[in-house]
Amino acid sequence: GILDEQFLQLQQLQDETSPNFVSEVVNIYFHESEKLLRNLRSLLMDREFSDYNKMGIHLNQFMGSSSSIGAKRIRNVCLAFRAASDQNNRAGCLSALEVLEHEYCFLKNKLHELFQ
Amino acid sequence: MAVELGDEPHVLAVDDNLIDRKLVERLLKNSSCKVTTAENALRALDYLGLGNDTLEGTVSEVNMIITDYCMPGMTGYELLKKIKESSVLKEVPVVIMSSENIPTRISQCLEEGAKMFMLKPLKQSDVKQLKWHLMKCRN
Repeated sequence: GILDEQFLQLQQLQDETSPNFVSEVVNIYFHESEKLLRNLRSLLMDREFSDYNKMGIHLNQFMGSSSSIGAKRIRNVCLAFRAASDQNNRAGCLSALEVLEHEYCFLKNKLHELFQ
Repeated sequence: MAVELGDEPHVLAVDDNLIDRKLVERLLKNSSCKVTTAENALRALDYLGLGNDTLEGTVSEVNMIITDYCMPGMTGYELLKKIKESSVLKEVPVVIMSSENIPTRISQCLEEGAKMFMLKPLKQSDVKQLKWHLMKCRN
């Protein structure tokens, strides 16, 4: 699936003392992810792009958050993205970004369904 | 470091990622710990009384510090070193977290005096184990 057992961990952390924990975390994730994805896209779309370090910082944030909420597929795409970035492979990065944007949309829809 | 507080250990959790901060806070609270979070190492140092911006009379006692390794500015490793260099704080156990399993990184931290190294994302069982170690040290 798109979510691994880490998401279960999140659900288990929700209780009477923190009844909205999962939706809180998920909303933070949406907000952050959209910002990070926008940053990644604007970096890569810049014709004079060369700051792979800066891109790596955004990518690591996104990878960390995705891993923490259990978005395993996204995390795996991030790994591929990072490999391309390590090789300064801009085309590879762009491909990975497309997949990432797609996966993120998919995940967002799934999570919305869950919270219906 | 004297630990005369009640049963609730006070943990300072340091991580630049908001989601990870929320997660570790919840995990620790579920293990009956009092939690303070800091979003980077400099804020953590201020809170601990080692920073340049520490205000008089605001230094709080913590029983454990748990910090992410990869943080912009000062890393968790550098924070660990600063804590171990402090005569006041060097006995406070420091736990390092990382999403990456890099053996040299792990041994570097342990050699510098980290109590434990844990892989992210943390689970409730990890935190239970942490707390057990912490309580063991106190007694």
